[in-house]
Amino acid sequence: MKKILLLLPVLLLLAPLSLAQDMEHEPWTCPEGYEGQTLSIFNWSTYIAEDTVPNFEEACGVTVNYDIYESNEAMLARIRQGNPGYDIVVPSGGTVQRMAEEMLLIPLDMAMIPNVANLIPDLLGAAYDPENTYSLPYQWGTVGVGYSTEVFPDGITSWNQVWEHDGPVAWLDDRQTMLGIAHLFLDNDPNTTDPDEINAARDYLLEKGGNVVTVAADDGQVLLERGDVDIAIEYNGDILQISWDCECDDYAYAIPEEGSNVWIDNLSIPVDAPNPELAMVFIDYILDAKVGADLTNYIWYASPNQASIESGFIDEEILNDPAIFPPPEQVANLFAIIDVGAEAEELINNAWDELLIFLGQ
Amino acid sequence: MRQSLINEGALRRNRVIRRLGSVGLWLNPIFAYFFLWAPILILVLFSFNNSRSVASFTGFTLKWYSNILNNVMGAESAFSTEIMLNAFRNSLFVGTIATAISTVLGTMIALAMARGKFRGLRLLDGLLFLPVVIPEITQAISLAIFFKVVFDWAALISGERIFPGFHTIIAAHVTFNISYVAIVVRARLADMDPQLEEAANDLGANPWQAFWRVTFPLILPGVISGALLAFTLSLDDFVITFFTSGVGTSTLPVFVYGLLKLTVTPEVNAISTIMMVLSTILIGISLAMQGRNASRA
Repeated sequence: MKKILLLLPVLLLLAPLSLAQDMEHEPWTCPEGYEGQTLSIFNWSTYIAEDTVPNFEEACGVTVNYDIYESNEAMLARIRQGNPGYDIVVPSGGTVQRMAEEMLLIPLDMAMIPNVANLIPDLLGAAYDPENTYSLPYQWGTVGVGYSTEVFPDGITSWNQVWEHDGPVAWLDDRQTMLGIAHLFLDNDPNTTDPDEINAARDYLLEKGGNVVTVAADDGQVLLERGDVDIAIEYNGDILQISWDCECDDYAYAIPEEGSNVWIDNLSIPVDAPNPELAMVFIDYILDAKVGADLTNYIWYASPNQASIESGFIDEEILNDPAIFPPPEQVANLFAIIDVGAEAEELINNAWDELLIFLGQ
Repeated sequence: MRQSLINEGALRRNRVIRRLGSVGLWLNPIFAYFFLWAPILILVLFSFNNSRSVASFTGFTLKWYSNILNNVMGAESAFSTEIMLNAFRNSLFVGTIATAISTVLGTMIALAMARGKFRGLRLLDGLLFLPVVIPEITQAISLAIFFKVVFDWAALISGERIFPGFHTIIAAHVTFNISYVAIVVRARLADMDPQLEEAANDLGANPWQAFWRVTFPLILPGVISGALLAFTLSLDDFVITFFTSGVGTSTLPVFVYGLLKLTVTPEVNAISTIMMVLSTILIGISLAMQGRNASRA
């Protein structure tokens, strides 16, 4: 009930739009001249709807090769040793930046991707690719707080509630995210490379970390589920997972109002792609309102596609879940992590290690 | 008196040790087989699991197998199942071709080394073991770099870019399979009485006839074992395939590894079970053949 109340304003806003657009949407059509060509996609596993690729093949009369990878590093390893022939890859934010710096991506031609207008403006121009030269968002999510609804019947709205909670708390062992949150309070750039600012963020976290029982390497949701902690700072998908598994309302996910980390997986074209034109056409296809909505309905990650959200094609259940779609006013407060370079990385690593020692981890 | 007391103690100790030993002798294979088979049995069990999760068994179903069957028959084509099946087909394709090539080449090398007398034989013998001994990752990276360099040259000369694909995976698999086949066939050749071949030559057979009528039938079980070993290694291989595969040529191990981040569905369990049954049948055939051959000899 709580969730629905929170989202009521959003729903009211979206309702008239959805009715209007539902009627108007025309199915995506493929530009002419690609029949018989081949497109090769390299994507994360289980990260596409069942009919996304077959529909594209039919619309354009092309053949699609589809391979999967399990981590940015695995994909990067394949592209670095010489692109074996992929036209589309799906790197996360920091990886986009690294690949761009290593000249492993080619610039996108926005003239070929008119559907770029469908994207949520707040998700464009992220720090890792400020002009969206090389990447456009594919799916996205956030880091926030998973909490026990029994302990917090009124929900969590601020990081201060996490810092001040009188009970066990688990942090996420993601140094740039955690320091970035501290930077928000200190009015610094979340991706700052200034040594004094990084140390200040460390000291801030140290001061607020009195209730931390563990700094979890991406298994905070398990601790929350077991009742070892009342709050776990975690990825939204992980908290969502335990809510599904128990089919109960014992856990909830919130993004504190001060802001948090957003992760974005992006569509990019690797260097030496055999068919970059068809790759641009494919990106345009993915950014279609209906196609984007179908993707989200199948894989349950947030769509970066404003048109999909407004069109009413996305299942209400997904759209109304704040663990998947943060309310729009919160999206503006989210920060993306960038690759800060070796020097700053060492500063951050040192600060984090010191922090872990002082927290007794 | 004293002597007999000591004897009695020693005897008792001996008896205890023997009893423990006989129990241990029973336990040993039980544990060994348990460790070997328990994980595989769990994999098979969960291929019949009604739920998508691997955490709990909720009920018996054949739906994962029927999903695969429907996709194979073309009755239905779920995209996720299709890419898995594609990987399965790639595995069988690569395995078959690589095995055929490496069996022929490996057998030839084994024969050359067993029969030939030439300078550098010992060195060559040692080099043959190299692919067996060096870490797989080293071989994978060296192959990846090798293909890149060769393709870059080819692109410079012809102006046409060559992409990795089945040809690179198969070449890589042949590279490591040759050694295994050669080693197995050599062992068989070492057991063979060289006088049999000499007798054939004495009786008027030319070397070609002597090979096909005498030598080859005698080493055939070794050749088959080598081929099966090569096929199994080929099906299994992940590291080398990962580094040499091209677009749309992922084999089943590479595909399954790609699933790690998210969920390994029971469909993967089902296809692994099918694959295991297939290999078991192959091994059964090879054992039966070897047994028949041995009893005849």
